[in-house]
Amino acid sequence: MNLRPSLARIWHNGEGEMPEPDNTMETSPVATVEPKISVRNLNFFYGAHQALFDNNLEIAPRQVTAIIGPSGCGKSTHIRAYNRVFQLYREQTATGEIIFDGVNVLSPSTDLIDLRRRIGMIFQKPTPFPMSVYDNVAYGLRFHYRLSKSELDERVEKALDAAALWAEVKDFLRKPGTALSGGQQQRLCLARAIAVEPEVLLMDEPTSAVDPVATSKIEDLIQTLKETYTIVIVTHNMQQAARISDHTAFFYQGRIVEFGKTDRMFTNPAMKQTEDYITGRFS
Amino acid sequence: MKLRSRTRRRAADFLLKAVSTFSAFVGLFFLAWILIVVAHRGISAINWSFFSQLPPPPGGEGGGLGNAMLGTLYMTTLSVVIGVPLGVFAGVYLSEYGRETQFGALVRFTTNVMMGIPSIITGLFIYTLVVVTTGHFSGYAGAFSLALLILPIVARTSEDMLSLVPNSLRESALALGVPRWRVTLGIVFRAAKTGMITGVLLAVARVSGETAPLLFTALNSPYWPTSLGQPTANLTVTIFNYAMSPYSNWQNAAWGASLLITAAVLLTTVCARFFLGERR
Repeated sequence: MNLRPSLARIWHNGEGEMPEPDNTMETSPVATVEPKISVRNLNFFYGAHQALFDNNLEIAPRQVTAIIGPSGCGKSTHIRAYNRVFQLYREQTATGEIIFDGVNVLSPSTDLIDLRRRIGMIFQKPTPFPMSVYDNVAYGLRFHYRLSKSELDERVEKALDAAALWAEVKDFLRKPGTALSGGQQQRLCLARAIAVEPEVLLMDEPTSAVDPVATSKIEDLIQTLKETYTIVIVTHNMQQAARISDHTAFFYQGRIVEFGKTDRMFTNPAMKQTEDYITGRFS
Repeated sequence: MKLRSRTRRRAADFLLKAVSTFSAFVGLFFLAWILIVVAHRGISAINWSFFSQLPPPPGGEGGGLGNAMLGTLYMTTLSVVIGVPLGVFAGVYLSEYGRETQFGALVRFTTNVMMGIPSIITGLFIYTLVVVTTGHFSGYAGAFSLALLILPIVARTSEDMLSLVPNSLRESALALGVPRWRVTLGIVFRAAKTGMITGVLLAVARVSGETAPLLFTALNSPYWPTSLGQPTANLTVTIFNYAMSPYSNWQNAAWGASLLITAAVLLTTVCARFFLGERR
């Protein structure tokens, strides 16, 4: 990260001296439709260390929003606030608002069980549970829904099918999930998340641990899935963001530098810093 | 520039190899010696009546240690029933809830201390707590003191095994909207299962050979263990008593009992290894 130091300092201090771009930055590129999720003044802390600063972002329904930026800029931290999975760690705290269907997710009264059923998440490394392929997908289903054996079978098949995995595993449903290949494991995790019928899918670098063929399969899937789900994907692969997303947010040092339509961001970035990043001048 | 002597380097290399190999052999040699002696002396005592009968009178013929075997089995089982669940859940607390808390650190520290406490102290503790209060020795007291030995071992191994489960697994289960307790019992336990079973087996192997904690608690008895409310026969205290006696038939029985315990501990350890091996 050899960003020109003068600029970095201004932004890091965050004293409102952010240089105004020539063309007006779209603060709300999704203004025409009601956003699925609105992030307002999100700040995030690891103990005393602040990792996110006043993040504001609107996630359009049934579209793909990509979050890009250099390593350690807070991309993952940002989306981990949406389903409050960070609460596993007692020293991590978030302030601000994340409005999901009109309700602030960060409010203490939020029912985490329901929230997380509605906002699913895929992680960087595939994390199959230590059980069979079938049980991996059925795990969340059994908890959230009262289903007969045949209904369960049906839902499992549907989820595996939606994750483009059914054809590959239909004869191995009793095999342990860990026996699948890395790319298959990641699609299994996707099937597991889809099975409980969420509204939003958060993906934290879902292809960074799988091979190129599996990556392209997952990218194709995302195109299909966005017809049903709202997708937020963190990626360090700019080409990927350009290929699959409708909107892109560029993060740097815990701040959202620029947010807009992906085509526009990649062809005509408003901020010098965005341009430097997407042209590979720093990473 | 002058190169260092190659001979010296090779000599040092050889010396270290020789010393470590020798030390390894010393350990192995004594283990083999003990096993051979115990097997050789013990095997003659082992026959059907050894398992089925009560101890013979001093100097007498026949008889067996059936009562002591049963007593040891009862007390070990009861101590496992008490100690293992407590230990497992203490491990869950340490790994899942108290990982970064001060109380967790305190519990972890005391558990470590508890593991290091000589087992005779545990026996004396239960003696003052149970035997003195109730006024008599009992199998329950013996089981309690064995449970006190199992508890810290199982707590620490469970904690270690649960801590090895990557947080990414917990996160992905939580992200499905499953509550924490179900994630712990359904996913984290499953992932740590083999390691925890190994820990339990090693703890059982450890306590099944303990004498000191039973000496002041269960004591011993020449009768069948009909109730754990009375002094209860057990193998280790029997070995202690009989081996010190001047009667050759009792000494023989002590060798037989030693072989039995050694074989049982060996078997449990091998089982534990098997479970560990399966995980890799």
